[in-house]
Amino acid sequence: MGLTLGLLTQPTGGIHVLILGIETATERVSVSIGGHEGVIGLFEVTKGRRHAETLVPAIEFVCTQSGIELDEISVVAVDVGPGLFTGMRVGLASAKAIAQALRIPMIGITSLDLLAFPCRHTDRVIVPVIDARKGEVFYSMYRQVPGGVQQVAEPAVGPIEDLVADLMARSQDVLLVGDGAVRYRNEILEGFHCEIGGDAHPSAAPLVQLAHARALREEWVNPRDIEPVYLRAPDAQINWSTRAART
Amino acid sequence: MTVRTNDDLIIDESTLILGVETSCDETAAALVMGGYDVVSSVVSTQVDLHAEFGGVVPEIASRAHLDVLNPVTARAIVESGVEDSRIDAVACTVGPGLIGALLVGVSAAKSLALAWDVPFIGVNHMEAHLYAASLEDPTLEFPLVVLLVSGGHTMLVEMQDHGRYRLLGQTIDDAAGEAFDKVARFLDLGYPGGPAIDEAALLGDSEAIKFPRALMDDSYNFSFSGLKTSVMNYVRKHPDVSSSDVAASFQAAVVDVLVAKSRAAAKATGATSIVLGGGVAANSLLREEILDGCARDGIQGFLPSRAMCTDNAAMIAAAGWHRLRSDGPTPLSVGATPNLKLPFID
Ligand SMILES: [Zn+2]
Repeated sequence: MGLTLGLLTQPTGGIHVLILGIETATERVSVSIGGHEGVIGLFEVTKGRRHAETLVPAIEFVCTQSGIELDEISVVAVDVGPGLFTGMRVGLASAKAIAQALRIPMIGITSLDLLAFPCRHTDRVIVPVIDARKGEVFYSMYRQVPGGVQQVAEPAVGPIEDLVADLMARSQDVLLVGDGAVRYRNEILEGFHCEIGGDAHPSAAPLVQLAHARALREEWVNPRDIEPVYLRAPDAQINWSTRAART
Repeated sequence: MTVRTNDDLIIDESTLILGVETSCDETAAALVMGGYDVVSSVVSTQVDLHAEFGGVVPEIASRAHLDVLNPVTARAIVESGVEDSRIDAVACTVGPGLIGALLVGVSAAKSLALAWDVPFIGVNHMEAHLYAASLEDPTLEFPLVVLLVSGGHTMLVEMQDHGRYRLLGQTIDDAAGEAFDKVARFLDLGYPGGPAIDEAALLGDSEAIKFPRALMDDSYNFSFSGLKTSVMNYVRKHPDVSSSDVAASFQAAVVDVLVAKSRAAAKATGATSIVLGGGVAANSLLREEILDGCARDGIQGFLPSRAMCTDNAAMIAAAGWHRLRSDGPTPLSVGATPNLKLPFID
């Protein structure tokens, strides 16, 4: 707790860092390139859920349209989750492979951070809520700090009733964002009066902005040290029928 | 980024392909030159992660692939002793397999191809198994009959030429390896079932119990579900039976059917060799009986090494080399297909 996400950076004397941002933790596939001048290229689709089919052509497209060769990229930023496991792994696998091939470092940022950061101009408590399926949501809480947001509750996974109980216990003025908040709008509003707004899905645009600030402080890691944030143990169901389908 | 056409590519004996395999519970990467020369091959098995469940757990497999794919790929490149700038193309299994597991490899392999600006080749895992034998014996001559037996597949294929396959038969229920896994679990022999049954059978009498052979007349199809059920029924009725005798008798029943159908298929197609592939091809009785049967029929029996029978990425790179020659690169918009079929003729 207490990790601050923001745009405030040390003056760096003109270091030019180009970031490739990859975001696939929810239904959206989002790719962005940016640097000190902000986001310079962005591709986004939020329907279809063909993450693996879409992502690599999207990276190629953003590079071409931004006039940037992939080997000019100096850091790969990726949403490490929580989110839909299969989708987020598509982004993580691609991001790690590109960083490995180009021999450049990585910056991992959670999907909850990415939802909260664009809402930073509010003095309410920001609560990103991501649909975790099976009647559950991933969620966390943030508050505004100069130039960014600060996490004030550890990321958690649980049934929607747990989130509502958490909100009631805090009884603060809150802003909920994310596809989980949208999906369970009625259940949440029945239990707790609040506003549900903002973008329902994380985006690679704030990913690149946040990663740029970190890159200037050289807060990056080796691709092998990027840790996915699952928040939920694997379902240990053996899928005999899927194995049989291989024949 | 340049658009590549088939005309830009020269694919020959010096073409170096990185193969990637993540379709089930092995994470593998390999470098193969010219379709036949294995320069390096690294396989990281997850068998320990799945052992307590007695089968492959898809979500555990996918997580493990993501964790180890980078180091496995890096090691294959380091062990090859060549710079990654020398790699001419990246090939990866796009199916059949577990969807979540496949997607890790496909996403990573396409991204490597994009970053290195080299062609990507989507490979059918089953086709790669057909090429595994030729990696160890490039002199194998067509037509071949290939018996593919593993935890995920059981099929008998006539390989007439590169890319020309005829499906002779396949299982209509469980895969052979799956039957081994289930019976081993039932007998408490451990996981994976293949090696466990093989070991227990060494101490047992294969003629102790006469389990049914599902020969299904003159078809080349297989069925192991009835055999599995009769094993379970027998043990329930005879709780004091030696599990070594059950294992040996069960194994003999499976092997009898596999060998009889393979020999009949070779005769019917005029094949010069029977080739084994897949994890179950490591079974010692199957290897012995195939060689014995082939000797009696005057044809060649070819048994690839255990490493080449089980899932590996060298066979993916080899199949990728042949596919690149015949079809050119695969678009980067390709995904994974869990039930991908081989392009059979007829
Ligand atoms: Zn296989």
